[in-house]
Amino acid sequence: MNFWATLRAALAALRVNKLRSALTMLGIIIGVGAVIAMVAVGAGAQARVEDQIKSLGSNLIIIMSGNLTSGGVRMGFGSQMTITEDDAYALQREIPTVHAAAPVLRGSGQVVFGNSNWATQIHGTTADYLEARQWQVASGRPLDQGMIDAGAKVVLLGQTVAKSLFGEADPVGETIRIRRVPHEVIGVLERKGQSMVGQDQDDVVLIPITTARKRVLGGQQVKNRNVGSISVRVRDDVDMGPAEQEMRDLLRQRHKLSANQEDDFFLRNLSEVLAAQEASSRVLALLLAAIASVSLVVGGIGIMNIMLVSVTERTREIGLRMAVGARGRDILTQFLVEAVTLALIGGLIGIVVGAAVSFGVGHFAEWRTEVNPASVLLAFGFSGAIGVFFGFYPARKAARLAPIDALRHE
Amino acid sequence: MSALIETRDVTKVYHLGETQVHALAGVTADIQEGEFVAVMGPSGSGKSTFMNLLGCLDVPTSGSYRLAGEDVSSLTSDALAGIRNRLIGFVFQQFNLLPRTSALANVELPLLYAGIAASERQERAHAKLAQVGLAERADHHPAQLSGGQQQRVAIARALVNDPKLILADEPTGALDSATGVEVMSLLQELNRSGITVVLVTHEHDIAEYAARLLGFRDGKLVSDTKSSPADAFAQAAARHAAAVRAPA
Repeated sequence: MNFWATLRAALAALRVNKLRSALTMLGIIIGVGAVIAMVAVGAGAQARVEDQIKSLGSNLIIIMSGNLTSGGVRMGFGSQMTITEDDAYALQREIPTVHAAAPVLRGSGQVVFGNSNWATQIHGTTADYLEARQWQVASGRPLDQGMIDAGAKVVLLGQTVAKSLFGEADPVGETIRIRRVPHEVIGVLERKGQSMVGQDQDDVVLIPITTARKRVLGGQQVKNRNVGSISVRVRDDVDMGPAEQEMRDLLRQRHKLSANQEDDFFLRNLSEVLAAQEASSRVLALLLAAIASVSLVVGGIGIMNIMLVSVTERTREIGLRMAVGARGRDILTQFLVEAVTLALIGGLIGIVVGAAVSFGVGHFAEWRTEVNPASVLLAFGFSGAIGVFFGFYPARKAARLAPIDALRHE
Repeated sequence: MSALIETRDVTKVYHLGETQVHALAGVTADIQEGEFVAVMGPSGSGKSTFMNLLGCLDVPTSGSYRLAGEDVSSLTSDALAGIRNRLIGFVFQQFNLLPRTSALANVELPLLYAGIAASERQERAHAKLAQVGLAERADHHPAQLSGGQQQRVAIARALVNDPKLILADEPTGALDSATGVEVMSLLQELNRSGITVVLVTHEHDIAEYAARLLGFRDGKLVSDTKSSPADAFAQAAARHAAAVRAPA
């Protein structure tokens, strides 16, 4: 009996009990659908984390001023400005594994253009900042060393600021006032998106650090060339660990800390936080897929159950087929193909359902999902394997019937 | 020339728990090619067991059985399936047609297991349906056919592999007597074309169609009588006429 004849016979047999076949498939449909949807949701979460890593720069280290201990009372981060602009230049100059190090003076204030205004973050920094953050200008030109040296009144706008002050108009060449100080807009930054804590990284204006210190932010930061943070990018081809240690050693030396004193600064390696987040989202996706595959197994047991019923019901048919010349393996193949067909049709419908659910979740819950072609193939192959695994026992039972007993079966 | 069927001291023992049932206690019989044989006996006489052995649906406990010169008493189940497929056509009391399957597909079934290509299967199945007078009903499902028509489809299925032997187990048992006569005449016609027919029945009327009668009792062959084929045909024709004249 050739394959096509067997397949046609299997489809005919499944059509006889349409409702029963459909209900049997339901287990596989739900199982495959759940696996596809869960993997899609998991992959979406992972892709989002990866995007965040990309937007932050995976080898970005942020150095922040540390805490101050006064009379045994330890103050929080940044309670004193301990790091300086010159620390940044020293890191850049003395540590070969540092690709770019940029000091950042942080402040906030109102920016005004014409009759619209906007409260935003004001970062005073150097030409290296964009390099350290792996950030490009979308239009106009970046800050250059000449502007830093001259204390030029120029500004780069983040996308959010540009949009809220200028709408769709081109801001380059216009003059805005930052804390009442007029600055010429020389460029607009590329969109960076949200940081992993949900902060809008595009709600910022960048001005030369010299201008920020003297004209815009002022205050304590004028003294001692202190800065709030330093953004450092380590070269792509080196390990973060040793590079961090070198930086720490250099800063401790520059801050004249003795061996028994705590660091007066903090190194934050963002990629570690993100890697942990990525790992946890991967574990979550695996867990969901594992739970979903339990329903695949339950579906397989349903197939086995129905095939056993079917073998019993069709014992006389089996006997007749044997009487006219079917060998054991013909009967085995027939029932196995029936079980596998049931499982594969269920698998196909499950893939469609899973993809639809993923799309629905992505569309209505605005939760990013990615249907992975590999997971589709895997789910399809797995449902076929379930058909073989759970179909084999009933099929063998049918094949081992004695023709005479099968024919006499009532 | 050796006989088509040669059984030598064939026994069959069933084990039902502790007790042994001797369904056949040593049966020796020859059936020549082209014979029309009826097997009779009360229930439990061993006639059905004998038929199952002849049909290679079962193997004897001891003794030998040669079918068309081949010893089949020790073959594997796959080999027996092949012999059933090539040499034997079965006709059952309950027709045993596949439900929700066309008459044509039912007739094709043995050819499917013989590995014949689809177009040839259909051609041959059509020819056999035409031979039993059901060419017009090829697309009908068993449920759409009368009992007599269903049995004729079953006969076409038994014929489709051009077997040497047709085994009919109470072929008229589920039919009224008029249709029974039709079916018997069809079997008789096939026998006259050269096919050996072995029939199990408990009705003497039906057994009279056969040219030879084997009587079974308690697992043994107790009688072997021949009536002349001419007589048998005359009787059958007379019965047929009576049945047609008086459809009770």
